[in-house]
Amino acid sequence: MSRYSVFAIVRHALSGNRDWQPAWRDPEPKRHYDVIIVGGGGHGLATAFYLAKNHGITNVAVLEKGYIGGGNVGRNTTIVRSNYMLDDNARFYEHSLKLWENLSQELNYNVMFSQRGVLNLAHSKAQMDAYARRGNAMRLNGIDAELLDREDVQRFVPELDFSDNARFPIWGGLLQPRGGTARHDAVAWGFARAADSLGVDIIQNCEVTGFKIDGDRVLGVETSRGVIGAGKVGIAVAGHTSQVAKLAGLKLPIESHVLQAFVSEPLKPLVDTVITFGAGHFYLSQSDKGGLVFGGDIDGYNSYAQRGNLPVAEHVIGEGVSMMPCLSRTRLLRHWGGIMDMSMDGSPIIDRTDIDGLYLNSGWCYGGFKATPGSGWVFAHTIAHDEPHEFNRGFRLDRFRRGYALDERGAGPTPNLH
Amino acid sequence: MFVIHCPWCGDCDGTEFSYGGDASRQRPAPDADFDTWYDFVYLRDNPRGPHDEYWQHVSGCRQWLKVRRDVLTHRILATGTPADNLDEVAS
Repeated sequence: MSRYSVFAIVRHALSGNRDWQPAWRDPEPKRHYDVIIVGGGGHGLATAFYLAKNHGITNVAVLEKGYIGGGNVGRNTTIVRSNYMLDDNARFYEHSLKLWENLSQELNYNVMFSQRGVLNLAHSKAQMDAYARRGNAMRLNGIDAELLDREDVQRFVPELDFSDNARFPIWGGLLQPRGGTARHDAVAWGFARAADSLGVDIIQNCEVTGFKIDGDRVLGVETSRGVIGAGKVGIAVAGHTSQVAKLAGLKLPIESHVLQAFVSEPLKPLVDTVITFGAGHFYLSQSDKGGLVFGGDIDGYNSYAQRGNLPVAEHVIGEGVSMMPCLSRTRLLRHWGGIMDMSMDGSPIIDRTDIDGLYLNSGWCYGGFKATPGSGWVFAHTIAHDEPHEFNRGFRLDRFRRGYALDERGAGPTPNLH
Repeated sequence: MFVIHCPWCGDCDGTEFSYGGDASRQRPAPDADFDTWYDFVYLRDNPRGPHDEYWQHVSGCRQWLKVRRDVLTHRILATGTPADNLDEVAS
């Protein structure tokens, strides 16, 4: 595979751009692989890339039932951050953020990672205290965090509602300067191209319909393109994990819920950071094309429909206008829904299963996009060494049974509240 | 937008109701074994199709009801009281 560079652009320009090669091959599935990853989303592709790069396992296939970039990796709000309080989460997401910081170089693909900062607004004294606590916990884990007062926030984002009429006056906020956004499609394409160049077969339009299991050992998968043997199989199909795991006889601590996201018409530069509202669940950033990208809560009931309902859309938009009144006459351009694996404690599951050779990467709730490189990195380690890495040791499948739930919000086993 | 048929109030806007989760689970006896309780508290079938679930009419009569809803299409197939067998209501 030829490297992308400014010289390549010039060379191709001189030859009329007639000999660009596809970014990855379109191979026929082989009869057997050392490792099969089910799900060609961001996490699956990242897992295949790190299996090849970090562990030298290159006889790998990624099976995708649709096309690369057609699932949740193309249905998110592209926010990257590591502002977590609990140690196991903080360690993992900070590792992921460090991978983001060098990802464009590592993949030779511009993922447009922009460290424009993530600002959580506080609207009460109690919330300022809570953010001081979270910020201190982050700094103890080596993560950047700055507590801003009202004047700091006003200098940083003057468009917010600082008037006397604000329903939820702004007291200050917690800023993670190294957080930001990335280009979601580029992440999928970049990992696909880099994994392919290391020998990974990316097989699209190949749906897994069953598992070949002998006793308690996995032997391969049945697919819409025939049976494919495998030494090990990793499942990375967040949103539909329960459905795929059921094919292997597993019942999981996961519910599927729909999360809506929105993009406005393109505007001139307005917001040069990521802002989250503190009096409700709302987050906003501006894409490089000018659209305001925003979202809020899940709809709150089990759903596999990739579309939400209007009451939640109205609520989310109301929060946005409350936070930033100048948005009130902005028109929506697009609006969609994606299916989330909501786990029982709001944290992901990356682990072995009771079936030898079958591994699980799931339960991402709202937080899957920012985790993409870190998730692939630790999942590849878990598959290659048959045990979790230190960074995902808190994400064990049996933690609920053992009483070690990793519940950042403290909401208990109620998936629609995380 | 849902319109949920409350057995006590009739057809009502879905925003009047609050979600109560999977209604197919049976609360175990207090002295049931650990695995039974673990399954009840943490594990879900999470089907991709008809799903029996509890809703509470919080902005109406405040009664709980049972709803069978296709989670792939959001279509409501049957509703009843928590004690009803929805197989009978649906037929």
